[in-house]
Amino acid sequence: MTLKTEPYVINIGPQHPSTHGVFRMRTTLDGEVVVDLEPIFGYLHRGIEKLAEERTYTGFIPLTDRLDYLSSMSNNLAYVLAVEKLARVLVPERAEYIRVIMAELQRVASHLIAVGSFLNDAGAFMTPIVYMIREREKILDLFEMVSGQRLTYNYMRVGGVSQDLPEEFLPALDNFLEQMPLYIDEYDQLLAENEILLARSKGVGVLNKETAVNVSAGGPVLRASGVKWDIRKADPYSIYDRFEFDIPTGTNGDCYDRYWVRVQEMRQSLRIIEQAKAQITSGPVRSEVPHLIRPPVGEAYGHIEAPKGELGFYLVSDNSIAPYRCHIRAPSLLNLTALRDMIKGWKVADLILIFGSIDICMGEIDR
Amino acid sequence: MTMLLHPSLDLVKNIPAIAADWPGGFWWHWLVFTIIIIAFVLVLVMGYIYIERRAMGIMQARLGPNRVGPFGLLQPVADAIKVMCKEDIVPIKADKIVHWLAPIVAFFPVLMIFAVIPFQNGAVLADLNIGILYVVAISSISTVGVFMAGWGSNNKYTLISAMRSVASVVSYEIPVVLSLAGVVVIAGSMSLNQIVLAQNIPMILFQPLGFLLFFIGALAEINRSPFDLLEADSEIVAGLHTEYSGMKFALFYLVEYAEALAVSSIVTTLFLGGWRGPLLPPWLWFLIKVIAVFFVMVWIRTTMPRIRIDQLMALAWKFLFPLAVINLVITAIEVLVFPAGLPWLLILVNLAIMAILILLWSKLFKLGGGRIEV
Amino acid sequence: MTVALTGFNVAPQITKQFPDAVVEANDRAVVVKSGLLFKVAQYLKNTPGLAFDYLNHISAVDYYDYFELVYYLVSIEYNHSLVLKTRCDRNKPAVPSAVSLWRGADYQEREIYDLMGITFEGHPNLKRIALWAGYKGHPLRKDYLE
Repeated sequence: MTLKTEPYVINIGPQHPSTHGVFRMRTTLDGEVVVDLEPIFGYLHRGIEKLAEERTYTGFIPLTDRLDYLSSMSNNLAYVLAVEKLARVLVPERAEYIRVIMAELQRVASHLIAVGSFLNDAGAFMTPIVYMIREREKILDLFEMVSGQRLTYNYMRVGGVSQDLPEEFLPALDNFLEQMPLYIDEYDQLLAENEILLARSKGVGVLNKETAVNVSAGGPVLRASGVKWDIRKADPYSIYDRFEFDIPTGTNGDCYDRYWVRVQEMRQSLRIIEQAKAQITSGPVRSEVPHLIRPPVGEAYGHIEAPKGELGFYLVSDNSIAPYRCHIRAPSLLNLTALRDMIKGWKVADLILIFGSIDICMGEIDR
Repeated sequence: MTMLLHPSLDLVKNIPAIAADWPGGFWWHWLVFTIIIIAFVLVLVMGYIYIERRAMGIMQARLGPNRVGPFGLLQPVADAIKVMCKEDIVPIKADKIVHWLAPIVAFFPVLMIFAVIPFQNGAVLADLNIGILYVVAISSISTVGVFMAGWGSNNKYTLISAMRSVASVVSYEIPVVLSLAGVVVIAGSMSLNQIVLAQNIPMILFQPLGFLLFFIGALAEINRSPFDLLEADSEIVAGLHTEYSGMKFALFYLVEYAEALAVSSIVTTLFLGGWRGPLLPPWLWFLIKVIAVFFVMVWIRTTMPRIRIDQLMALAWKFLFPLAVINLVITAIEVLVFPAGLPWLLILVNLAIMAILILLWSKLFKLGGGRIEV
Repeated sequence: MTVALTGFNVAPQITKQFPDAVVEANDRAVVVKSGLLFKVAQYLKNTPGLAFDYLNHISAVDYYDYFELVYYLVSIEYNHSLVLKTRCDRNKPAVPSAVSLWRGADYQEREIYDLMGITFEGHPNLKRIALWAGYKGHPLRKDYLE
């Protein structure tokens, strides 16, 4: 005699300790197995795209900081690249090197939080995330030296960066670059072969290659599924074609591969920073651009490889001081489309883990 | 002396047992020891809370609580006062009687376990000659309290947590009881005082595999990391005590640490030699060993991630249960067959068997996977 | 480098397949008629030489007389990209949905429906995504007043 069961709907609601931000999922569960999932978001919608039509081009830069608030430098860089493409502005050498150093440091900081909260969701009670936040504090100290801020930097400007590096920056960066690889090795030693982590994440939440490309995933999610697509190599922006680095690619597309890809990317970022620091030149850090820029009529799409995926700004201008239309291509929104596929058939505990391994940030999704 | 032990395996005891009836008279003995046990449990649970928060903090590269009192020692007292002054909120649609009774049903069995634990030679509340059987029987009752809490809160999250707890406790009873049976076979008695007296050499060396099985099984029974999926903060927002506040929440918190205390007391008594030790007074040795076992539990909690419910049950049924059966069979054979007077050879043989079994079994058994077609 | 295919490269191929689809072809983009959008997109995705299997993003712009939808397509295999545009009328904006070709269009089309008011025919779940269900109006339009 079989028991009659029926699936029930549970709401993993906007206030929850481990949905990264205000995100709501209506899950249909059969016992502990997830049968269906419907994501509902919009709790952080601030109308940034509409606000862009009222701010000037330079005045919009602080608003871009608040999109993916864990990687502000990358957001600034993407927007400023789009405006420079539109207005055909050239950037001096030193500014390019400074931009690359900042973007790669930001990538390390963002991946530290991503890996730390992935392990927090797996249940290691706060220990890995505390260690990784300790490292991130050192990066935030470096950022505070250049821009005076710890989270939303507002540092890049159209035609360069806003201020030059202070004298104590490069020695501090040296110090950081000596210690950081040792810390990454320490985390690898503690975590990479941990039985419980392997049991929880290997083979869990598999996203295969064709689905990953079809749902327009990007960043570590796409690369862990086996597609070797990185904007820094496929469509190099700024001066990335002068540096030597690898693109780590996973094989299976499960949670463990996404975690592994992020750790390897941190190592590659440190490599890029070392090369940039060795090659940096001196000179002006900002080209002569009027404060109220009026680009000619036209449109441009500027995109970069942000830590979470491909971040792009599509700008339409009609020769006035504010953009006519600014559309933001948010990587987390597109990575989230794959969630439903990845989650069917797994349990509630896996739901949290898979969701954490995609690594979203609600500021980008809702804008 | 008993019938279970073959005379060739002469591990016996040159300390005579003292009868448990200090200070004379049945009811005075009962009263004094009840007060001692309640004081012991409450004080030591507070000490445990402090040790856990401080030790976990230091392992996580931060300080733990260090403001309240010297070195933060009065922190648990501050927590207790805070929690007693909080408002008691009961959800509207909750089942009132079940909701009210659940913490009580969960707490009292844990307190009753301490009735048979010896603090010194002859210092037990009741020297039952079925000590271990009593402990195992009583400790299963608090699961009913946990399930009542999960059901009576009228909340889908707590119901998931309650179901998980019942499944896990049922699965882990069997390896725990079988590993206890190994100790009983060697010591020859089920009374805890007799078992401590039988340990001229601590039992952990004679039953290394049994110790490991019991420790892992007990960690799962009391829902501590890495098996704390009942109160997994990242998934079901505090599990079964989501809807409790005030004194009832304090009782659940107390239950968790009192169960940890009970398990460490049982481990000390059965495997580490109880109150035996050279220079210090016996009750101090008992305290030191109990705190050391708890420190290992805190260490494990800080380091390991959490495993999933189906992996938890697979671990119990496919890994721990066969090993527990094999352990019992091998122990029984040794008791019958091994020549007398060679305890150290027996220890080496047991350690070798444990190493071989664990390596062999872990090659055959892999956790992981578990996707179901929907 | 990702080669950005201009409208002049791709327009002849599209015109051969669908004779009256292309409205305009300049050095940035190809503009097609909104009714034939789905068929042109399917052709662009499945043809071996073009193979646009990655939909980068969809944007919508409100020029005062019409809405313009911009599809930015990328081919991972050949590393080239294309901008495909279509226009639709302001009073009854309706465009076929591209969800069955690229599932990444799902949430983006819902967002364009929510903020701009363009309906996508054939979308499985066209609900508001950033604003709540009972909201009146479409904020990103140029004539939206608070």
